[in-house]
Amino acid sequence: MTDYINIIVFFILISCGYFFGKHAEKNHYASINKREKKMLKIPTTNSRHPIGEIPDVMKSRLVHGNVVISVDYFKRILAGLRNFFGGPVRSYETLVDRARREAILRMKESCPGAGQIINLRIETSSISQGGKNTIGSIEVLAYGTAIFFYPEN
Amino acid sequence: MFLTNIETIPGKTITECHGVVSGSTVRAKHAGRDIMASLKNIFGGELKGYTELLGESRDEAIDRMKSQADQMGANAIVNVRFSTSSVAAGAAEIYVYGTAVTVE
Repeated sequence: MTDYINIIVFFILISCGYFFGKHAEKNHYASINKREKKMLKIPTTNSRHPIGEIPDVMKSRLVHGNVVISVDYFKRILAGLRNFFGGPVRSYETLVDRARREAILRMKESCPGAGQIINLRIETSSISQGGKNTIGSIEVLAYGTAIFFYPEN
Repeated sequence: MFLTNIETIPGKTITECHGVVSGSTVRAKHAGRDIMASLKNIFGGELKGYTELLGESRDEAIDRMKSQADQMGANAIVNVRFSTSSVAAGAAEIYVYGTAVTVE
């Protein structure tokens, strides 16, 4: 009897993960794409020098944005299977992609009016969930130096 | 206090270098947040509780680094770097370090 219950719970969890996770991912990508278009006006580089010729610098400051994102149950099971057979783990690729883009967006949104962001650095760490050694959730931190220019007259 | 993660402060000149300053915090997660997080582990999506937790601890680490630089008599920190490590299951250490300088 308990075996049946376990199997039923497992399938409920998998289908919850599949439907809610898919929905959440779709919405998140839509929001990322929309906000990335809006934030294109702040050029961002990971080199230490600003891009192109720049006007006089008014001020500069450190900006950062972070996000913790978790993978859904369905994808975790899929990744577990991949662990067994080997090969690329596609189900985690979208997780890290979303997390990085979201962190960069939050960093940009924290400094509206900045001319450029230079020396962008991205730091990724996984937050272990209890004793199991699955990835589960990752944290991404993006940081850089925002420089503000004098308004052109 | 000016902070950047490049070697200089754009628009200013460095006149004196005081040495390395750092700040760190270790934060454990919260039982209430943990329950929400385990739910989110089924459905997927952002763990807002953890995002906030890590953001707050990072701000605190930066504050500690700033007060250390203040004691040295510096007015800016250049070349700031962040690093995160999980020391134990459920606890995260956030470490931030940089070089304290005086700028004009």
